[in-house]
This record gives sequence, structure tokens and C-alpha cells, in this order.
Amino acid sequence: MAKLYSERKLTTSNLLPKKETIRFLLNYSKALSIIKVGNFKFEYMAN
Amino acid sequence: MATTQIPDALLVKNYIAGDEKALATLIEIHQSKIYGFIYSKISDRDVTDDIFQDTFVKVIKTLKSNSYSEEGKFLPWVMRISYNLVIDHFRKNKKMPMYRETEEFSIFSTMSNNEPNIESQLITEQVENDLQRLIQELPVDQKEVLIMRMYQDLSFKEIADLTGVSINTALGRMRYAIMNLRKVIEKNKIILTN
Repeated sequence: MAKLYSERKLTTSNLLPKKETIRFLLNYSKALSIIKVGNFKFEYMAN
Repeated sequence: MATTQIPDALLVKNYIAGDEKALATLIEIHQSKIYGFIYSKISDRDVTDDIFQDTFVKVIKTLKSNSYSEEGKFLPWVMRISYNLVIDHFRKNKKMPMYRETEEFSIFSTMSNNEPNIESQLITEQVENDLQRLIQELPVDQKEVLIMRMYQDLSFKEIADLTGVSINTALGRMRYAIMNLRKVIEKNKIILTN
């Protein structure tokens, strides 16, 4: 069977975000707290 | 061995209840799809990482503030957020495009600095000094008119009034001043250009 040549890749490689990005998001989530008071939202980051 | 996957709705519920591991699981399950989607639009790994991060920051804030209503559409919701951020990125980029330096391309090869360099500045100074010396060689009446016109920016009417001559005389003196300057420059082969 003849080979198929195409300029574009037929399948895209499995791209993933950097580990640092994931680590940041998880740490951010752990540190973030949001409190709703009436119509206001207060965000605070625990150190 | 069969693997059981916890549904997104339950993971979201657990996360809102305080289980941070649920977020890690959600990201792990969906990161490839979301990241791949963003990258397919942006084609830049660094920018894709930024948008991916911004997407999940929004997700985290919405979930933590209890503003998310679970309708079994977690992934489409996250994809929508990332899509909107991609649009925002293109809008911002239109106003201020980012050029990345590579080996083949440097932004400095297209940007120009219009300020004169030190060499040009020195030459300009030299030319002005030479011109002033030449002007000093002119007859007094011609020198007077030329200085008033070129350096003091006076009109010929004003020059005529100040020197007590007619406008035509002032004009004539100016004409002769320039003709004499040209003669001297040509005779001495002086270069007065930068």
C-alpha cells in the first residue's frame, strides 16, 4: 500500500501543560479562600 | 482490572466541599483536551500555558465562591472559559503584537532608532560652526539681514523696519547674502551636509 504523505500531521501529539503550571494551580487553590458577604465576594490568600 | 472513573459532577462537589485532591483529579483527567485545544489556536507553548493557567484560576474562583451550578457540563464549561481567554489574547495581541526573538529574527532589525547617533551629532555641530564662520565673512548689511531672517525668524517687513530700508532692499540683501555664501562654499569646496 502506498505511503500517505501529508504536510499536516494526521494526529497531534499529546500536549500537556508544564508541571510548574499544575503545581501553581493546586497551590493556588489550597491557599485561596472566598467568602461571600451579601453581594460582595472577598478573596484571601493564606500564606 | 476494570477502572472506575469518578464522574466530574462528584469531583466538583467534593472539591467545593473542600477536597483539594478532587481538583487535582479533574485537572489530570481534562488537561490534555483543554491544553490541546488552546494550543491548536495559539501554537505557542508558553502562551498556551498562561491561558491554561488563567482558565483554571477562573474555574477555581467560581467553584470556591459557590457560583457554579452543576449541570453535568464541567468540561464544556471549562472549554468555554479557555475559548474566551483565547479570544481575549488575540484581541490584546492585535493592539500590541508580541514578537519573539529567534536566531533568524530580531525585532531590532525592524525597529529603527530615529535619534541621530553621536557621529551625526558631531557632524551637525561642525557644519553649524562652519556656516557661522562663513556668515561672519559676509558684508555687514547682508550678514545682518541673513541673521535676522534665518536665526531670529523675522519677517522681511520687520527686518526692513529695523534696518531702516525698504522691503525690496532687505530682500535684495538677503539674495546677495545667499549668492555670496554659495560662491565661498564652492570656491573653497566646503562640504556642509550631514
